Amino acid sequence: MKQTRAREQAMVPRAEPRTYYDRPVLKKPVWKWYIPAYFFTGGMAGASATLSFAARLRGNDRLARRASLISLAGIAASPVFLIADLGRPDRFYNMLRVAKPTSPMSMGTWLISLFGPATGAAALSDVTGVLPGAGRLAEAVAAVLGPGVSTYTAVLTADTAIPAWHEAWRELPIVFAGGSAASAGAAAVLVTPAADAAPARRLVALGTSMELAAERAMVQRLGDLAEPYRSGQASSPVKAAKGLLRAGALLVSLGSHRRPWLARTGAVATLAGVALTRWSIFKAGFESAEDPRFTVQPQRERLSRERASASEPM
Amino acid sequence: MTERVGFFTDTTLCIGCKACEVACKEWNHVPDDGLNFLGQSYDNTGELGASTWRHVAFIEQTKPIDIEGNGSAGDVRWLMSSDVCKHCTHAACLEVCPTGALFRTEFGTVVVQQDVCNGCGYCVPACPFGVIDQREGDGRVWKCTLCYDRIGVALEPACAKACPTKSIQFGPLDELRTQARERVGELHERGVTEARLYGDDPSDGVGGMGAFFLLLDDPEVYGLPPDPVVTTRDLAAMWKAAGAAALAMGAAVVVSVFGGRG
Repeated sequence: MKQTRAREQAMVPRAEPRTYYDRPVLKKPVWKWYIPAYFFTGGMAGASATLSFAARLRGNDRLARRASLISLAGIAASPVFLIADLGRPDRFYNMLRVAKPTSPMSMGTWLISLFGPATGAAALSDVTGVLPGAGRLAEAVAAVLGPGVSTYTAVLTADTAIPAWHEAWRELPIVFAGGSAASAGAAAVLVTPAADAAPARRLVALGTSMELAAERAMVQRLGDLAEPYRSGQASSPVKAAKGLLRAGALLVSLGSHRRPWLARTGAVATLAGVALTRWSIFKAGFESAEDPRFTVQPQRERLSRERASASEPM
Repeated sequence: MTERVGFFTDTTLCIGCKACEVACKEWNHVPDDGLNFLGQSYDNTGELGASTWRHVAFIEQTKPIDIEGNGSAGDVRWLMSSDVCKHCTHAACLEVCPTGALFRTEFGTVVVQQDVCNGCGYCVPACPFGVIDQREGDGRVWKCTLCYDRIGVALEPACAKACPTKSIQFGPLDELRTQARERVGELHERGVTEARLYGDDPSDGVGGMGAFFLLLDDPEVYGLPPDPVVTTRDLAAMWKAAGAAALAMGAAVVVSVFGGRG
């Protein structure tokens, strides 16, 4: 690892950690591209459900209906990705054998098992006009569960031994929450008449700021462990994602109802930027697992700190 | 639960014969893990994995050796160590498993139920030792069972049975820990001051390992993490952080919808 925090330069140059033939200590994840794809669709679905319900309360029915359908599309695609990623897809139902609070994947399974039907019922009732009362209730349930659906995936990612993921646990949920909000706003901008899309445009700006600020804080906290985000294979997607997010938010803000094409171009950039961020975080984890120094060095430093504090006179 | 059992691997006794690797594969019908030449001393196995449940590491060090005052035995010292699943007290693989396929047996060991595992792969990056992995072409995850079938009928695990030098010792964990501490004391008296135990301490980051080791150098030299911590130790804090982020997202939506015109 390179010295990345110049201001915190140690007095004595740190020794390279010792390793076993430079082989990884950890196993890299076996997850395929389906997982970051799900983080994107699931995140967008969660935030869209909340957006839909809020727009309904405000009386913006056009936006509410579109956000509700986006939410349904996102949550309908999600299980397809999740099941495709399993080593034994025909056994997907074993996820419903237990409910384990120590497993974010188990909690998430139950969360989307409630959220999915609620979203479906809300959209169905809205479109057909059948059972409007039950439809509103389902909408409210989905709106409350939505933020959980958007953020639990950050806990799922961080609850591993992968240094670039685990040590990012404080900021990762905000990165995912911001990205989910931005993508929900962007998707709504794409399909909603510009005159009704003002809340969606504001959501793009807010969500993008949340995601970018949280990512910045995350990389700062990670220090040396942020190397995969800064200079590895994931670093070009990270840079591209940031560029897309900034440009997207700017275009969406400039493109008011008079220039809807500008806002829609920005919305496409935002969606691409959010998806690319998920992808780059995913890839950075692989890199951080494959290099034993990311595993050994922080643990070694923790041990020396503990020993130093233990040997100090009380 | 019956008495918790485990392994004590005393690496000072290992001669690198790999009988443990072979016995494990034979008994457990573990498939071929590749016919490779790694160029890493006598290690052509590489690492633990879905089809490697015992792995003998070979380390060559340039270091003058003086055995019990009998003069130099040369400048090269060999470290050999048979690695295995640690059967952690706080096992991350088991805690994150969403199907309950991974479970704690009556012997305190951690085992995958192969008829339940659906290959979600969550345990793979959760393990702080890189032990468990998904088997290609099979889709499920596999690892050492501490010979659950053998210990259930009072036989010792295949690797320990096959070990010709008693480097791999099997037994009740408490007894093994006592023996191991005596052995370290004995080695220190004989001048092997670098002898140390790894994984015997119930206050470590994984609550103590069901399979622990006597090493002659830092753990990372053997490919082991120096201070492993079960990832779920921070889980409550992680859920809180996600809860706060979920509220922030809800607030962002409310502000966007109600905080402006149109």
